Amino acid sequence: MTSYLFVILGAVLVNNVVLVRILGLCPFMGVSKKLDTAVGMGAATTFVLTLGCGTSYLVDHYVLIPAGVDYLRTLAFIVIIAAIVQVTELVIQKTSPVLHQVLGIYLPLITTNCAVLGVPLLNVALHHDLLESLLFGFGSSVGFSLVLVLFAGIRERLDGADVPAPFKGTAIAMVTAGLMSLAFMGFAGLDKYH
Amino acid sequence: MLRKLFKFHGGVKPQTNKERSTTAPIAPVPLPDKLVIPLHQSVGGPPRPLVQRGDQVFKGQRIGAADGNLSSAVHASTSGIVRDVLPAVMPHTSGLTTLSVVIEPDGEDRWGELDRINVRAATPDELRDYLRDAGVVGLGGAVFPSHLKLKPGKEGSLDTLVINGAECEPFITCDDMLMRERATDMLKGISAMRHMLQARDVLIGIEDNKPEALAAVQAAITASGEKGIEAIAIPTRYPAGGAKQLIRVLTGIEVPHGRRSTDFGVQCFNVGTAYSIHEALEHGRPLVSRLVTVAGNVNAPRNYEVLIGTPMDHVVRLAGARPDTDRYIMGGPMMGVRMPAFDVPVVKATNCILVGSPALFPPPPPEMPCIRCGECAKACPADLAPFEMYWFSRARNFGKTQEYHLFDCIECGCCSFVCPSHIPLVDYFRFSKSEIWAREREKEAADTARERFEFKNLRQEREKQEKAEKLAAKAAATREKVAGETATPAAATAAKPSGDDAKRALIEAAMEKARQQKAQAAPKNVDVTSPDVQAEMAAIDARRRAAEHPTEAPPPPPAGQA
Amino acid sequence: MLTALLVMTGIALLLGAGLGFASIKFKVEGDPLVDKIDAILPQTQCGQCGFPGCRPYANAIAGGEAEINQCPPGGEEGIRKLADLLGREFKPLSEEHGVEKPKSVAVIDEATCIGCTLCIQACPVDAIVGAAKQMHTIIAADCTGCELCLAPCPVDCIVMEPIAETVDTWKWRYPVFQIKQAA
Repeated sequence: MTSYLFVILGAVLVNNVVLVRILGLCPFMGVSKKLDTAVGMGAATTFVLTLGCGTSYLVDHYVLIPAGVDYLRTLAFIVIIAAIVQVTELVIQKTSPVLHQVLGIYLPLITTNCAVLGVPLLNVALHHDLLESLLFGFGSSVGFSLVLVLFAGIRERLDGADVPAPFKGTAIAMVTAGLMSLAFMGFAGLDKYH
Repeated sequence: MLRKLFKFHGGVKPQTNKERSTTAPIAPVPLPDKLVIPLHQSVGGPPRPLVQRGDQVFKGQRIGAADGNLSSAVHASTSGIVRDVLPAVMPHTSGLTTLSVVIEPDGEDRWGELDRINVRAATPDELRDYLRDAGVVGLGGAVFPSHLKLKPGKEGSLDTLVINGAECEPFITCDDMLMRERATDMLKGISAMRHMLQARDVLIGIEDNKPEALAAVQAAITASGEKGIEAIAIPTRYPAGGAKQLIRVLTGIEVPHGRRSTDFGVQCFNVGTAYSIHEALEHGRPLVSRLVTVAGNVNAPRNYEVLIGTPMDHVVRLAGARPDTDRYIMGGPMMGVRMPAFDVPVVKATNCILVGSPALFPPPPPEMPCIRCGECAKACPADLAPFEMYWFSRARNFGKTQEYHLFDCIECGCCSFVCPSHIPLVDYFRFSKSEIWAREREKEAADTARERFEFKNLRQEREKQEKAEKLAAKAAATREKVAGETATPAAATAAKPSGDDAKRALIEAAMEKARQQKAQAAPKNVDVTSPDVQAEMAAIDARRRAAEHPTEAPPPPPAGQA
Repeated sequence: MLTALLVMTGIALLLGAGLGFASIKFKVEGDPLVDKIDAILPQTQCGQCGFPGCRPYANAIAGGEAEINQCPPGGEEGIRKLADLLGREFKPLSEEHGVEKPKSVAVIDEATCIGCTLCIQACPVDAIVGAAKQMHTIIAADCTGCELCLAPCPVDCIVMEPIAETVDTWKWRYPVFQIKQAA
């Protein structure tokens, strides 16, 4: 039981997918200008990533490995994730227009989010079973959302700050991201069982 | 009787500077050479002008009629001749003009026929309409039409009527002097309001730095023998005179965001308003003058009874402005606004003319960055976080400022007063508020335009369809008719008319119809118009011809502008 | 090699079939994006963008057929908002579509008007009242300042007048930022 907790906690804080593994930087920089959009993106990613981890585990274990074509894993995962994102968007649009209003424009962006491909591949590399894969996917996306929301909050305030002209915009955002990354490195100290 | 008082959050204690202007009694002001009375003085739509150039007016004669219910009438403040009705600079920071009536006094200051009302016999609705036409507005500074506030709450009665005699802002003493000298009349006004609102209790809040005013009001209450009215000394702390703050201090009720005090059975009026309500109901005199404190950079600060429309420099001259005067501020040092000129008129909102000089009000030290010390939040009487609102106002992130409840800000200036970085916080809030209002106006205009555009499209579509249907019906009818006509003679010769014949008959019928229409080709819309409209049209035609040939005689002026 | 091909083709076919099925089963009419774009546009219905009204322009933007910088009445702020919404780069107003002007309303010189009703037909928001051979006038409150009535007028009796600032529309200026003076 505790090991599952560690999987989640480790994915959220210690090995944060954005700040420690440096995955999924494009949405991290791209949709962090406003807090509302960051929350929407975080929710959409959490949804897709958890689903993607489960599906890719099943495909990997019941199709790719038995057929002996596990070297095609990356290709297959890309296709699967793209399809999941598209189907998810269609279903949400039909069933819940409100949710689509919130997540709508972020869903297609997730297709190109490297964290969404990276986490299923990490699942394979770390030899996770199905439940662990799901938890790891969920934890990673919660970590992603957490960092995205924090970063969006900071960037909203940066709008009003006296940033020196050459640092305005993306430059100061990069510096901020670096500082956040340093701060998250500190969570590695939690990991005394390692 | 000792009453339990409450505290409001924050507030500051600036130097009051009230002593010098209370040494002398209220003085009248001699008539100026001309009065400029802006028509737009209170919240709501600008009143319609009722007079024109050359008219003789009497004191108290209505010159601007209330436009709708959310508006208040304006009156001539002395007798004389209307010299002009034109846009004039108004006492507003912007220096913009507004339609004003310029009156040249005849020196007699003669009251016109006053429209009296029987207070006992009139219904509350009649009284409210009467007050609207008497131009009574809140004299505390917000100039909200009083008749709109004199409505009892949903239950039909009010628990507490709060009368605001706190006068917390430095330098201003007009309410103080009013209570000292006219407490009895003021109290009669309060009784009338109490009657209209069916209020159970009346609490008059007076800051404890005005013991003379408090004593005068208490003496008047005892003399009147009215029960349930109480004058209460409250601790001196700016802004105890804010409506929500005073209600909090006296009753302990904190009016939450987005609610009104009447929801909690409390309504608040200024003492000056009570006095002018008495003047209107008892003597039939509309609001034509008010008490104005002249203070600051003058030799003898004092309170004057000033006619609305008197130029400010005319009043200041009496108090003796010092030579280094460089500006007038309407209101006090905390909330007042700088006037665009020295000769702007005194209006209903003018409680104080604060005469400024570089020595008295030195330019503020340069603004430094916000260090988020939180002093402003500690001082804010509205329980807001000014540093957050400032941050987002500066970044023009107006949505966020509203999330921090920008519109609950009363612009009291406490935050700017305590800020160690000398940030003019209130200026930022005013900027944000007016930007948000402008955006809302634009949004509204866009929504109306969209609606009208869509309706027009719909209408055109419908008209097209109706026209097509009508044409189709007509064509069918003619075809039938023609078929019937040709069928009778043709029946003998041929079995049935060929399609060609029917078509030709149709065309001929249409051409015949066109010929008939041409015969009576007189313009369609003209024959139903009346003779004078036709004459007008002829005149327009003549004018147009004249405009096309400029050598001819100039066109006669349009009738409406004579 | 053959297994790999088969597996990948299988996965692709399966997912493709799933997607196709979903796109038919969960088909939704309308595009919420168009509404959002339309809400940003100023609704002058002036047609300066090259489309007959704001809604068609919104459709064109959503469909990728038009740039976001073709709306002069919306001005720079409008372009910025569109750029924000669509995640595109801001670009200055395209000159071929016009320049940003102060807000104006049309005014008919009633002495010259011949009552031809041409402007009434041109007005996209029905803000002109009048009848044939009667003088026309403009409801200033509903006029969007689109200038569409100027061209059809045979006697050139319509002029655009900028809206004057009143106390009700006056805005407090942005406080002057003085940090540099302090240094």
